Amino acid sequence: MAEITYRDALNQALAEEMERDDQVFLMGEEVALYSGAYKVSQGLLQKFGEKRVIDAPITEAGFVGLGIGAAHVGMKPVIEVMTYNFAILALDQIINNAAKLRYMSDGQYSVPMVLRGPGGAGGSLGAQHSQALEQQFVHIPGLKVVMPATPHDAKGLLKAAIRDPDPVMFIESEKLYNVKGEVPEGEYLLPIGRAEVKKEGSDVTIITWSRMLTAAVLPAVERLEAEEGISCEVVDAMTLRPLDYDTLVNSIRKTNRCVIVEEAWPQASVGSWISHEMQKRAFDYLDAPIGHVHQEDVPMPYAFNLEEAALPSPAKVVEAVKKVCYAD
Amino acid sequence: MASKTQSKKSSGGKTPKSAAGGHEIKTHATAHGKARAAQYTSDDESVPIGRPPVRLEEERLIEIHRQMLLCRRFEERTAQMYQMRKIQGFCHLYIGQEAVAVGSVAALEKQDYIFQTYRDHAHALIRGISAREVMAELFGKKTGCSGGKGGSMHMYKAETGMMGGNGIVGGHVPLATGVAFKSAYNDLPEVTICYMGEAAVNQGVFHECLNMASLWNLPIIYIVENNLYGMGTAVHRASAEDQLYKRTEGAYRIPGVRCDGMDVLEVYAEVKAAADRARNDRRPTFIEAITYRYRGHSMSDPATSYRNKAEVQHWQERDPIARLQAQYPKLFTEEMVKAADEKIKEEVQDAIKFADESDFPGPEALYTNVYVDCQGYPKKQD
Repeated sequence: MAEITYRDALNQALAEEMERDDQVFLMGEEVALYSGAYKVSQGLLQKFGEKRVIDAPITEAGFVGLGIGAAHVGMKPVIEVMTYNFAILALDQIINNAAKLRYMSDGQYSVPMVLRGPGGAGGSLGAQHSQALEQQFVHIPGLKVVMPATPHDAKGLLKAAIRDPDPVMFIESEKLYNVKGEVPEGEYLLPIGRAEVKKEGSDVTIITWSRMLTAAVLPAVERLEAEEGISCEVVDAMTLRPLDYDTLVNSIRKTNRCVIVEEAWPQASVGSWISHEMQKRAFDYLDAPIGHVHQEDVPMPYAFNLEEAALPSPAKVVEAVKKVCYAD
Repeated sequence: MASKTQSKKSSGGKTPKSAAGGHEIKTHATAHGKARAAQYTSDDESVPIGRPPVRLEEERLIEIHRQMLLCRRFEERTAQMYQMRKIQGFCHLYIGQEAVAVGSVAALEKQDYIFQTYRDHAHALIRGISAREVMAELFGKKTGCSGGKGGSMHMYKAETGMMGGNGIVGGHVPLATGVAFKSAYNDLPEVTICYMGEAAVNQGVFHECLNMASLWNLPIIYIVENNLYGMGTAVHRASAEDQLYKRTEGAYRIPGVRCDGMDVLEVYAEVKAAADRARNDRRPTFIEAITYRYRGHSMSDPATSYRNKAEVQHWQERDPIARLQAQYPKLFTEEMVKAADEKIKEEVQDAIKFADESDFPGPEALYTNVYVDCQGYPKKQD
């Protein structure tokens, strides 16, 4: 198995799917000649030509909407937003068209489009470019939201997202692009809508997704197991809508404790929704209130020390886990 | 506050009683004190209007006349059904504007697409959705063209190329542009018409899409149905350049033309030329069709605070159906029109009966067609 970066895993997925289906095209700001702001589309222009790898003007509502329009007459657009912070310029198109055309037409159309780009903090990018906005999309019936944490998952899920008949918000992470991981040779797809137990354990379930898995949760688990003797089970939600409730609940039934770790703000967040669902579905199994680690409830500051203070960290996860284990 | 005065434009354009010739125009003094008139005149020589109305064979004229009359009678009954609360929610009537939809759709071919705003009943009827299916949709019945889940603003029938109304001003413009992108990408001889009200030209996505359509040579026609008011706001109170057709050539290299939207054959001629250009040369066109809605913006708007009776009457004298009849008096005899009208009224009555007798969608429909495939979701929350 080869070790490749998250970026190259995405690139392979795009190249393979474009090879497979000529109705797949990639459109976004700087995706062609510049090879993508984060170089995810490196080499695709040379391979597939400018008809299929298209530099769009800086006009998010326009080209996201164009993708939705092309999708609902049978194409398979992959629309790149330079960051998900810019996707909010296209929220009307996403919420009112992508998510609703199928329902409003009672099934006459579908919107097999992927909207992909990085979300969350990238490192000292300031308040407008450092937002984990997945809740905006998870809230909307008609959308699917996928947030892979590893190169392996990024490739398998992006391929599945491109073939999926519904609109998929595929949220990557700038800080993950350079992260390496094992990716199998040859084709594979991962199912959308499945969570995965990334590490088994017996004392507490930690539910997380995207960058928080490697940036906060796994380092914390290492410390908790070595220093506190607390055995942690780590569940990566991977898809936030539709959410794989069964996998989450089954883990809590085993460990009787739960901490949710997310990069977003706490109010009306995906984590707070999961927390609600878990207490509803596993109330009798819980031995402590569900813990929640999240970004501090402030816009992201620029100063390096303040940004670090705002984000979830291994230390914050350790603290939350000890609390639900009554070991604090 | 700016004062309003009335001024009189001279009539005498090449088309007597054209959409714009000779009506009273409200002038509006701007903040800079500069008087500005909304000049919807076809006798203004600076306006590149005047593609002569085409001559069509009798059979087609009869069909065009039938379609306009169908839209008119259908919506008159729609208003009645609304008063009876058979139809609820937002409901926007197209009465008065029929020539724009009918003349433009007549210039299209079977494989082409149309996108309309929320004022979409007429477009649905003309593009091949039956009166029964449109009325049933208005009644919220499962036999409606959108299964009762769309409503007045969301009439769809994929196989006819009627790609819906849309509830957001300008919200459908990117969708239409995306369909034209599909046609160009796959080298298909398809044309897309994207209609919009004149207020939509101030939305950001309108400009974003015209830019892309020109940049990428998309086969699309943007038609502004300029009925002079965005809800109750007159065009010159909303658009700094209120000669809308002038806004696209300089900014996007898309030729802008204006036509008399009360003359179905003039609309046809203009759209046919634009469709040929789209199909053969892959270039977009912008058409501003001057028209007028006789009714309010929606059923809740009595349309009294922002316009007066004289103005409405002025436009009613230029009624598109009466005008076509007057243009071909030998064809549209009193007897012929009466017979056609009777038949249409029966069709509309049948549609109402069908809608009334149809069932509402069953409770199971609540959770269908949210997704194509979602691993068993959506399902009712347990």
